[in-house]
Amino acid sequence: MLRTTFLAAAVAIAAPALSAEIPHDQRQSSYELMSPDTRAMQDEDTSNPGMLWVLEGEALWKRETGEANRSCADCHGDATQSMKGVAARHPAFDEKRREPVDLEGRINICRTEQQKAPASARESRDILALSAFIARQSRGMPIESSDERLRPFIEKGRSLFTARQGQLNLTCAQCHDDNWGQKLAGIPVPQAHPTGYPLYRLEWQALGSLQRRLRNCMIGMRAEAYVYGAPEYIALETFVKWRARGMPMESPAVRP
Amino acid sequence: MTRALINVPSRARRGEIIAIKTLISHVMETGFRYTTAGERISRDIIHGFVATYNGEEIFRAELFPALSANPFITFHTVATESGTIEFRWTGDNGYAATESAKITVE
Ligand code: HEC
Ligand code: HEC
Repeated sequence: MLRTTFLAAAVAIAAPALSAEIPHDQRQSSYELMSPDTRAMQDEDTSNPGMLWVLEGEALWKRETGEANRSCADCHGDATQSMKGVAARHPAFDEKRREPVDLEGRINICRTEQQKAPASARESRDILALSAFIARQSRGMPIESSDERLRPFIEKGRSLFTARQGQLNLTCAQCHDDNWGQKLAGIPVPQAHPTGYPLYRLEWQALGSLQRRLRNCMIGMRAEAYVYGAPEYIALETFVKWRARGMPMESPAVRP
Repeated sequence: MTRALINVPSRARRGEIIAIKTLISHVMETGFRYTTAGERISRDIIHGFVATYNGEEIFRAELFPALSANPFITFHTVATESGTIEFRWTGDNGYAATESAKITVE
């Protein structure tokens, strides 16, 4: 199925890459492309499966762990206050590391340095639950990307976004800047705004991170996906967040 | 760990038809899949769901491997009296989960 999908894409996208940036008044979340049923699923907290992870994240938030035997709540208190807007501005520049860290990376920094616990694996249930719970506190808030120190990483992300890669020799921009709104084997091609992550994807039957989504697109291009947490993913995340600056967060969203 | 989301209106008029929605976290492993090493992944699904209204059964469903993970079950009932609606899911490997919601009928 996937194979035919992307072969069709390769044929359809034979035109040269123009890669014009999407004008701000034409930007749209993939939510706009979803069926009324899938939208209803996202809109109502008791039918949005992403909320199951949020509930679990809330429990983890209060649980003491690690050698320090401290919970996230011990230091950060009420997440509805302390974590408001935090997901909307990640990846954020980390002073000590001199580079951006995404939300999952940030949680692991607190796990290892503050709780003295082992880092959670990317895409593990715990990290997804905590990131869903934290991202939920940013729902409706505009994505923020104004830190000038992010600039070189945004540019690195942009060059990855516009570079041809994989056996299909495609760029991300060919689909998401030049052909959004078109159909790819019956599926609408979205603009690729990261407004809803982590999100529940019906195809995955689970919650997944933005990196998992990027990995999916890379495999679709028949490119070699990076390992989770790779600087290339962080750069792409930083770029797509910048590209979507000002758009409202929807986490945890639902996608087909 | 099991997490469930229940949507029952907290108040209703007597005789009103109300919608009840339940969502529960579960992998719903079909038993038809294999690992990359060729070993069969054993079946692990929720196979039963029962709802009771002040102890009386009002809805029952049997679930099968074709169902997606995190099953969402919704049904309607008539609000007859104030009390508790209870939900019970049972499944493979001794799986059992219960949740309840209060409703005031006036
Ligand atoms: C011992 C105290 C302590 C504990 C426990 C702790 N943190 Fe932190 N956390 C901090 C401090 C201090 C900072 C800010 C300084 C920094 O950048 O490290 C921070 C920063 C953060 C940020 C970034 C906030 C922002 O405004 O950008 C997030 C997100 C976060 N922590 C999540 C967590 C989570 C999730 C847990 C539990 C798994 C946790 N923290 C446990 C002390 C703690
Ligand atoms: C051949 C076209 C194609 C290419 C090339 C492609 N994508 Fe995608 N992308 C899609 C489609 C189609 C979807 C939506 C999938 C769905 O809904 O089933 C998508 C979804 C996404 C999303 C999720 C949007 C949302 O709302 O959840 C992001 C982010 C994304 N792509 C980023 C990228 C990046 C970064 C690259 C390059 C590494 C890339 N894509 C390459 C077709 C493509």
